[in-house]
Amino acid sequence: MMEPVLSVRDLKKTFAGDEQECKVLQGISFDAVPGEILCIMGTSGCGKSTSLRMIAGLETIDSGTISTHEYQGMGPARVAMVFQDDALFPWLNVRDNISYGLTLGSERVPEEVASKRVADLLDLVRLTSFSTYYPYQLSGGMKQRAAVARALAVQPGILLMDEPFSALDPFTRRELQDEIIRIRDAASAAGHPVAILLVTHNPEEAVYLADRIIVLSDRPATIHGLIDVRLPHPRSISDRDFLVIREEVTGLVKR
Amino acid sequence: MVRNNKQTISNMAKGLAVIVLFLIIWEVAAVIINNNYILPRLGDIILVLVHPLASVLGGASLAQNAAVSLREVLTGFICAVAVAVPLGLLIGTSEEIDSYLNAFIQMIRPVPPIAWMPFAIAWFGLGFTSIIFIIFMGAFFPVLINTIDGVHGVRSQWTDVARMFRATSFERVRTVVVPGAMPVIWTGLRVAFAVAWMCVVAAEMLPGTSAGLGFMIMYAYNLGQLQVIGAGMVIIGIIGLGADMLFRAGQAKFFHWQGRG
Repeated sequence: MMEPVLSVRDLKKTFAGDEQECKVLQGISFDAVPGEILCIMGTSGCGKSTSLRMIAGLETIDSGTISTHEYQGMGPARVAMVFQDDALFPWLNVRDNISYGLTLGSERVPEEVASKRVADLLDLVRLTSFSTYYPYQLSGGMKQRAAVARALAVQPGILLMDEPFSALDPFTRRELQDEIIRIRDAASAAGHPVAILLVTHNPEEAVYLADRIIVLSDRPATIHGLIDVRLPHPRSISDRDFLVIREEVTGLVKR
Repeated sequence: MVRNNKQTISNMAKGLAVIVLFLIIWEVAAVIINNNYILPRLGDIILVLVHPLASVLGGASLAQNAAVSLREVLTGFICAVAVAVPLGLLIGTSEEIDSYLNAFIQMIRPVPPIAWMPFAIAWFGLGFTSIIFIIFMGAFFPVLINTIDGVHGVRSQWTDVARMFRATSFERVRTVVVPGAMPVIWTGLRVAFAVAWMCVVAAEMLPGTSAGLGFMIMYAYNLGQLQVIGAGMVIIGIIGLGADMLFRAGQAKFFHWQGRG
């Protein structure tokens, strides 16, 4: 087993509501290692997205710790996130959207490094011939691929995905799921293995993609179950083993 | 595409038809009334318009007067934008500042710019600076309010992306808030320019001015030269229309990314 790139310990979160406080997370702990796909599942509103936003630094932590570990001698692993809807900047074309992170002070890299990296990413997500297109000219799947490339541009050790395919039609969704596995493999092959944390409420999607599945309970969420999915890729959703695990996951989510 | 072009042409024809109808009614009325002090004939108005460089009523030419007004409008407008956009960004991004300034702004906003004239004259004296101040007051609020609205319309997911990439607050404003709010700000500029243009004519009609379209109209009124007033109004309309067309063209060019979907 590789060294974890992310450690979450006893994470707790309460939102101040209008009348009463709303306890969302009640002590969540897990690790993620580079190169794995870790799916976080649970019913809607159980705090899945909140956990991701806390890891991304978009939400404060009440108690507990989130530590990102040394990644490839480049300091603590970078965290990047893909949002539920693509959240591309409509005023930037695909290329400029992807290079966005690299234009900011904290991430800035030399011009030629940036353009090489963006070109590689355009290639990786198969958008090279669309690099000058604007988001409104793209299909939903293309937009989400561009959003993934934008997140990967900063060479994150941890890639967070918050229900990234929920707005897509079933065909595009399957295509993108395969894409994620391909991107994970490509990143590992290129020597930048990335831990992918993907939130979904779809058991089939979780079993199709994940190496491990964390199932959260209803609010206030605790970890309800942790399932290892030891099936080779590509997985078949009608395979017997697949169905067994899917049922197990579904059962855990419902309980 | 062909159909679109046809539609555009047919729409333009409809617009033109109404203008022509208006002119016919005007001319017929002028002929019937037959009194140059009530309604001047179109021919007399056109006579003024076709000599834009000739002295009007012994004073500056039509073009010179228009240039004076335009210069005043641009000065006041640019000053207003230079203050209103940064202030709007500040108010739009900070609830704290908004809570301090909102009531104050909403109270001053409905005051007609021209009502500031006595104060303007007391503070800045007669002439250019006072007129600039009036234009400033007119153009300021449309820009400010639209900038605030524009900032509020910036999707939180866009700012989340910037935060996720560890952008500083300045970078967040520069790379996300400003471009995201820009289409709405642009609309504010368009409205503000139209208001500024109305303000300049009104301000120039007040005592203490000696040039500009508003002055020319008032001067012509005192001499009972209504065809000059008509010509002045036509020029005001044309410049206003031209500015609006420029803003629309800018909108199509800069904000094409808004797309349709």
